Amino acid sequence: MREYSDLIYKYTRVDHLPHIWCAGCGNGILTRDVAVAFERLKLEREKTVVVSGIGCSSRAAGYLDVNTIHTTHGRALAFATGIKLANPELHVVVITGDGDCAAIGGNHLIHAARRNIDLTAIVFNNNTYGMTGGQYSPTTPTGDKGTTAPYGNIDRAFDIARLAESSGASYTARGTAYHTLETIQAIERGILHKGFSLIDCYSVCPTYYGRKNKKGSAVDMLIWQRDHGVPRARYDALSPEERQGKFPVGILQQNDYPEFIEQYQRIIDGCETEQERSAFIHD
Amino acid sequence: MSELRLLQGNEACVEGALAAGMRFFAGYPITPSTEIAERCALRLPQKGGKFIQMEDELASIAAVIGASVAGVKAMTATSGPGFSLMQENIGYASLAEIPCVIVNVQRCGPSSGLPTSPAQGDYMQARWGTHGDHPIIAISPSTVQEAYTLMIRCFNLSEKYRVPVIFLMDEIVGHLREGTEFPAAESLELYERVSSPVMGIDKHCYQVEEGEWAPRLNPFGRGERYNITGLIHDEGGFPTNNKATARALISRLLDKIDRNTEDICDAREYRMEDAEIAVVCYGGTVRSAMAAVERARAEGARVGMFRPVTVWPFPEARLRAWLPQLKGLIVAEHNHGQMLLEVERVARRPARMIGRVNGTLIPPDEIYAAIMEDNV
Repeated sequence: MREYSDLIYKYTRVDHLPHIWCAGCGNGILTRDVAVAFERLKLEREKTVVVSGIGCSSRAAGYLDVNTIHTTHGRALAFATGIKLANPELHVVVITGDGDCAAIGGNHLIHAARRNIDLTAIVFNNNTYGMTGGQYSPTTPTGDKGTTAPYGNIDRAFDIARLAESSGASYTARGTAYHTLETIQAIERGILHKGFSLIDCYSVCPTYYGRKNKKGSAVDMLIWQRDHGVPRARYDALSPEERQGKFPVGILQQNDYPEFIEQYQRIIDGCETEQERSAFIHD
Repeated sequence: MSELRLLQGNEACVEGALAAGMRFFAGYPITPSTEIAERCALRLPQKGGKFIQMEDELASIAAVIGASVAGVKAMTATSGPGFSLMQENIGYASLAEIPCVIVNVQRCGPSSGLPTSPAQGDYMQARWGTHGDHPIIAISPSTVQEAYTLMIRCFNLSEKYRVPVIFLMDEIVGHLREGTEFPAAESLELYERVSSPVMGIDKHCYQVEEGEWAPRLNPFGRGERYNITGLIHDEGGFPTNNKATARALISRLLDKIDRNTEDICDAREYRMEDAEIAVVCYGGTVRSAMAAVERARAEGARVGMFRPVTVWPFPEARLRAWLPQLKGLIVAEHNHGQMLLEVERVARRPARMIGRVNGTLIPPDEIYAAIMEDNV
């Protein structure tokens, strides 16, 4: 009998399992969502690149059996920009975290979004710095605790999806560890989308964020996601009163903005035409 | 056929890079290197290559490494403040063995310093700027012509040893205009990255073939599926805490440079045959030193010039060969004594230092006076 599902054999490096994440962590669920999206899209694994930064989220890259590059803290999107520009035929997916992409890598996030370069960023957003032991992050809600916010966090939190949208990302979506089907679909469509797509996925960190803030067990945290996240179509049908305290899950916005590499290719093509013309004149 | 052009050092280095096959540039504007980015923006699309102005230097070097991972010869250019920002990812490229070239057109520091003025204050940073023991190569041009030809050498060494190479220019050479000869393309010796014929090397992408110094990592997309990380990794490219593996990896990374200094190191000697005094200098300072040596020679001083072209690793065997005949050593550099430390380490005796950090050049007179003082 096989120990793992076919999906695991195909998309993960089973030699490198078990993963390093804590029991109850949402990252494993989200990594599976990414693998299912790859499978549904039938992406050629040799032409697929997963780029990650540093942190709990970014360990996902090493487990996925595609081309993977685990880069430096915050810089995954910048590495990915170079890879995609150098070889636009590759499917380039970035797996990053809330600290990695919205704090140390915040500048790269807004500029990748502004360029609308054809990358897919998947944020494993767990509201904390898990790898270093639970410090407050740019998505820790105000008032919540972290090891560096023993009296409660006085910062205001980023909504990473809105940040990306306002910076020019042409596709943004919300996923959660609980809403598997919606999250897989959001990732799938994000990969298909031509332009910069970002799927901000709420993970759960029962070990640090959850424990510090008395959120209960991993299951309790997933139940919270179930009770507060509403699939987009249903959310749209809710009255403003019913929407109180809820958030939509699924595609948040999708637009058709000019994509960076396509624009750049036009410059290259223009130069070639120009050279042909001048060669003709010299003849 | 070769071609003669009047060019600035910054422009010539771009042309040299293009001749070497560079097809990707990511950078951020900074004086006195900006002309490099400007020329890349103009020239790369003409060659089917890509230019991108990133949001900062951290992103620039990251994008360059990314492009190299995808198999394209890539470079960036900056100056002191930007070079400081790039250090973390230079270390990444050293450890992950991703070829790339970083041009640093040095300006007067520290901090924002004197942005438009010459200096050579990043000599030690070029070697030790990123954290941890790591391999690095740095090359310094003294003429606009060399900004072209040595740039090709930077790419060749980077691809051959899979190591980041620093092209340590200075404002003097960067902004100088001189006649520059572009050699005929067919006369250039270009080293292309060796790739592995074996497909599906997933497990041992970092395994080094017998008689080679660096792994044959194929570009992403070529047909393999493998992992690259900035963590200490095994031959499969995966993170490990194994002490023996860590020691073996770091040793190999350092050895691939240290054991190939004959191939990597380059130095030029000028009128050294019967010299009793040597002026040691590099980069833009060479120009003042040559004038001083000429003048002192005309007055009978037995003086020559020793000039490291590969400034890291320091070409110590070449300098050591001259030591028996030398009575005096003068180091002229645009800082308060950085290569001086290397020269004294190799010579095992004190050297006289001529340096300055005030935004002006070291004039030939100053070096000449030192030569004549030593020439007794």
